[in-house]
Amino acid sequence: MKYSAVVIGASAGGMDALRIILSSLPATFPLPVMVVNHIAPSSTNYLTRHLDANSPLVVKEAEEKENITDGAVYVAPPNYHLLVEEDKTLSLSTSERVKYARPSIDVLFETAALAYGPALIGVVLTGGNNDGSDGLKYIKDLGGTGIVQDPATAESNSMPNAAIETANPDYILPLEDIAKTLQELASL
Amino acid sequence: MTLNDNVNIEIKLLLEAIYLKYGYDFRGYAHAHIKRRLLNRLKTLGLKRISDLQKLILYDKDAFARLLKDLSINVTEMFRDPSFYLSLRNEVIPVLRTYPFIKVWHAGCATGEEVYSMAIILKEEGLYERTRIYATDLNSIVLDKASEGVYVADQIKNFTSNYQQAGGKGSFADYYSASHGLAMIDRSLKEKIVFSNHNLVTDGPFGEMNLILCRNVLIYFSRELQDHVIGLFTESLGGSAYLCLGSKESLKYSGHADMYDEISKKEKIFRKKLLWPRSQ
Repeated sequence: MKYSAVVIGASAGGMDALRIILSSLPATFPLPVMVVNHIAPSSTNYLTRHLDANSPLVVKEAEEKENITDGAVYVAPPNYHLLVEEDKTLSLSTSERVKYARPSIDVLFETAALAYGPALIGVVLTGGNNDGSDGLKYIKDLGGTGIVQDPATAESNSMPNAAIETANPDYILPLEDIAKTLQELASL
Repeated sequence: MTLNDNVNIEIKLLLEAIYLKYGYDFRGYAHAHIKRRLLNRLKTLGLKRISDLQKLILYDKDAFARLLKDLSINVTEMFRDPSFYLSLRNEVIPVLRTYPFIKVWHAGCATGEEVYSMAIILKEEGLYERTRIYATDLNSIVLDKASEGVYVADQIKNFTSNYQQAGGKGSFADYYSASHGLAMIDRSLKEKIVFSNHNLVTDGPFGEMNLILCRNVLIYFSRELQDHVIGLFTESLGGSAYLCLGSKESLKYSGHADMYDEISKKEKIFRKKLLWPRSQ
């Protein structure tokens, strides 16, 4: 298989966008998916439960030192950065906000890129800031593949625009087509 | 990925060099966090390779001090995770109240905000006079900040809100005085706190604690190192004493887990069993 993992970053409007993607992936989706969605520090795990209820895949809050399992979806907990270790486990961190965000999309993307190299797919979705653009560039620099939601289909287009400008993604796709493309890439 | 393999070798050598030269042991820390920090520092310094950084810190103590600040996490706030402090007040304080003298160890106290939070609770519960709090960290720069107890005043709003959610019984304004954009912690809160340098990885246990708080420290350690540190805590706790971890931390990767009862699953409050079956 060409790819080993998917990372997704979203901000404003991210809950709906993530639901649309994760509900369209089949239960047999062969890759692990790590997700950062910007969320208030005091949030509950509502996002995770909501996505789990709407996806054929198992969606869970990422736990520290957890082994990454194929076909599972890991969501960064509120107020913690999510990092991918090169031994394919997950780490959490309470370190400083990055671009005002904790969890930070860049932190997830950069550490995942180091862990998976060219076998990583990074996806930047709707959002009102520029988190994820440097991370997606890092993924591309290490040989991975970048997908950005078509800004025209994003509830908030700053984040997709920044990612397109910074990272020169391989695909710019309307939201509804992202799950299909992920499936195609996952079967390569 | 040969390049990345080389980087990992260089990081291993750098951590070894730091340990041999300065005694700080980051070798058992979770890798991704350390690597990210080192690569960022490299970029800031305009250096090309981790081995250049190694050369720099071996011969320049100040450069090492700055790197040490990078590698340790000192992000904290007063009554961080208010619901934890509420549970502490409701579940643990009533038991501590039955003791003639209370020993608390706050391990990895960083700049001290959570130590003073504990002091405030003990004060409001009338237990502070018979308490001693040992507040430790591996980084003496942050320890100095902790013992000064001076914080930026714009954090006060957040601290006050946390204090109220944590079941504060008085007015938070009674615990600091503000001037020139700074908030100084009231002197009386410092009386029973001993700040000292302690490294969880390389130093030994503290005796007969009634309560150990170590929150958001273990997440930076490998599974093996977590097990080592939980062992250190187990040795340092008296019978029926309490251990409090960060809200995303657990005893899962520790061989000592069966020595504890879970008092609050959500708030990660554990209590050491009075007796446990000794392993052969």
